[in-house]
Amino acid sequence: MTADTAAKARTRRRTGRVRTPLLYTVASAALLLMAAPFLWMALSAFKTKQDLTASQPVWIPSQWTLDNFTALLDQLDMPRYFLNSLIVAVLVTVSNLLFCSMLGYALAKLDFTGRSKVFALVLAALMVPGNLMILPLYVLMNGLGLIDTYAGLVLPFAAGAFGVFLMRQFMLSVPDELLEAARLDGAGEWYIFWRIVIPLVGPALATLTIFTFLGSWNNFIWPLIATNDPDKYTLPVALATFANDPNRTVGGGNGMLMAGSLLVVLPVLAVFAVLQRHFTQGIATAGLK
Amino acid sequence: MSLTTGPAAPQAAVGKSPDGGREAGRTRRDRRSLGKHNLTGWLFSTPFLVLFGVFMLFPIVATLLMSFTDFGARDVTRPLEAEFVGLDNYTQLFQDDKFLKALFNTGYFVVVGVPATIVLGLLAAILLNNGIDRARTLFRVGFYAPVVTTIVAVAVVWRFVLDPSDGLIASLASEVGLSAPDFLGSETWAMPSLIAMAVWRNLGTVMVLCIAGLQAIPSEVREAARLDGAGAWQELRGITVPLLRPTLLYATVITTIGYLNVFEEPFVMTQGGPSDSTLTVSLDMYREGFNFFHMGYASAMAYVLFVVIMGITVLQLRLLKDNTR
Repeated sequence: MTADTAAKARTRRRTGRVRTPLLYTVASAALLLMAAPFLWMALSAFKTKQDLTASQPVWIPSQWTLDNFTALLDQLDMPRYFLNSLIVAVLVTVSNLLFCSMLGYALAKLDFTGRSKVFALVLAALMVPGNLMILPLYVLMNGLGLIDTYAGLVLPFAAGAFGVFLMRQFMLSVPDELLEAARLDGAGEWYIFWRIVIPLVGPALATLTIFTFLGSWNNFIWPLIATNDPDKYTLPVALATFANDPNRTVGGGNGMLMAGSLLVVLPVLAVFAVLQRHFTQGIATAGLK
Repeated sequence: MSLTTGPAAPQAAVGKSPDGGREAGRTRRDRRSLGKHNLTGWLFSTPFLVLFGVFMLFPIVATLLMSFTDFGARDVTRPLEAEFVGLDNYTQLFQDDKFLKALFNTGYFVVVGVPATIVLGLLAAILLNNGIDRARTLFRVGFYAPVVTTIVAVAVVWRFVLDPSDGLIASLASEVGLSAPDFLGSETWAMPSLIAMAVWRNLGTVMVLCIAGLQAIPSEVREAARLDGAGAWQELRGITVPLLRPTLLYATVITTIGYLNVFEEPFVMTQGGPSDSTLTVSLDMYREGFNFFHMGYASAMAYVLFVVIMGITVLQLRLLKDNTR
């Protein structure tokens, strides 16, 4: 594999000697363009009012300040929103891991009457747009008294079709003989699922964890609908509410918004930077398998 | 009826032909070894199916039923008392200029946004896969980072990048003596601005898919083409695009579905304005449903969008699949 990579690199070097500097210039310019909004956000969060409202763009703050952050934490209960987002994301992730792998196991490894129909249902569900359901879902949650509760935020996302599909695909590759041997030894299905199959599909669980957690962290439309009480706002809802608040003071308010955006985005980017290998693999697998 | 058939022999002995007996015996044995797990299978499926039934299947059916009623604010607490109005909501929708504008805007978003996202995502993939050896991770992370970031936060930032008085683009333009338009305040520019942001945000997904696809193309194919004197453009048209077709099809379908549902960008950046020029179907549905509590009407909108999405997805799958033959 390494020899192959080296050979490829050699070919590339041979064929691309002339155009390589050009390619790097183009790629770097594109990268800068992609990163510009992030840089602007990160730097603006530390700018003074004067720098923020200057007629010429000020990239590097002439004077670094934490005023935007202190003002933001003063006006908005950021730790609370952070905690809400975290609680919801953790609950959504845990329940997806459990329920999706259970059904994934049944679909991949258990022969039961109606299995193909259940799988067809899962595939069909992949194609249904999320916004189709929110109106009656609101009525239902309201009827159950779950508006402004964690349960109301979690339950609609507690088990997704994407997770089932992903887990099934991975579990298909677990050899039947292994399960059969355990069955002959008298192991029950739950034991086999929990002690044999789950440890073998670690990469799939990692992929599902990342996607579910970030999906929940970034989710906007349902938390926007399912919360009225600011105490139950998730980070994106709090940020959007603040951004669209006409009473927000203009100059300092902008700096606060940048600081808030940075606080919302930073954990996501950190997680992504650490786990990026799993991300790209997950995308490729989910897309092509 | 030899004894060597083993476990199949008893079945064969019940008067079937030797071959048929063996066949039947084998199938039965295989089934026993695979195991028929009716009860366990359903037990493992139940938690998902219950959640799925209550929070997905039921709402999908309920949306359809609601779309035939005048479901309003008073019905939220007494859903069964909503009045049946037949197809009124649907006929009204297609005479509603605001909805038609939202439908047009959503189409505009898709028609401009999808090709731009696919083309730029593909170009990024080719660039990073074939030309870049050093700092590969940095480039990939950089291009993919917008995909994973919270869209609300990113939209807030773009609002300032595009601001006409002290925004980044306006300031840069004034420095070189040009004047930038009031992007989000102009009926002409607001939608292209939102599309630009969506393309910036989503091209990373297409890029990652395409890189995975490109790496599945054997390098010999590429080298053979180069030895035959194919230029970059010929290589792209003759090799890369045809061999990436399944990937590009998948990327096109998911991007189209995503853009047909577009909500956050106009909600945070323009709130549908100016003069409804960035009002999308999802935003219109949200407003009718949750600001004005015309939930029956909004449900009809949701179903029109659903039918459009299903139709376009099926059409894309057909058209693009046929081309590969």
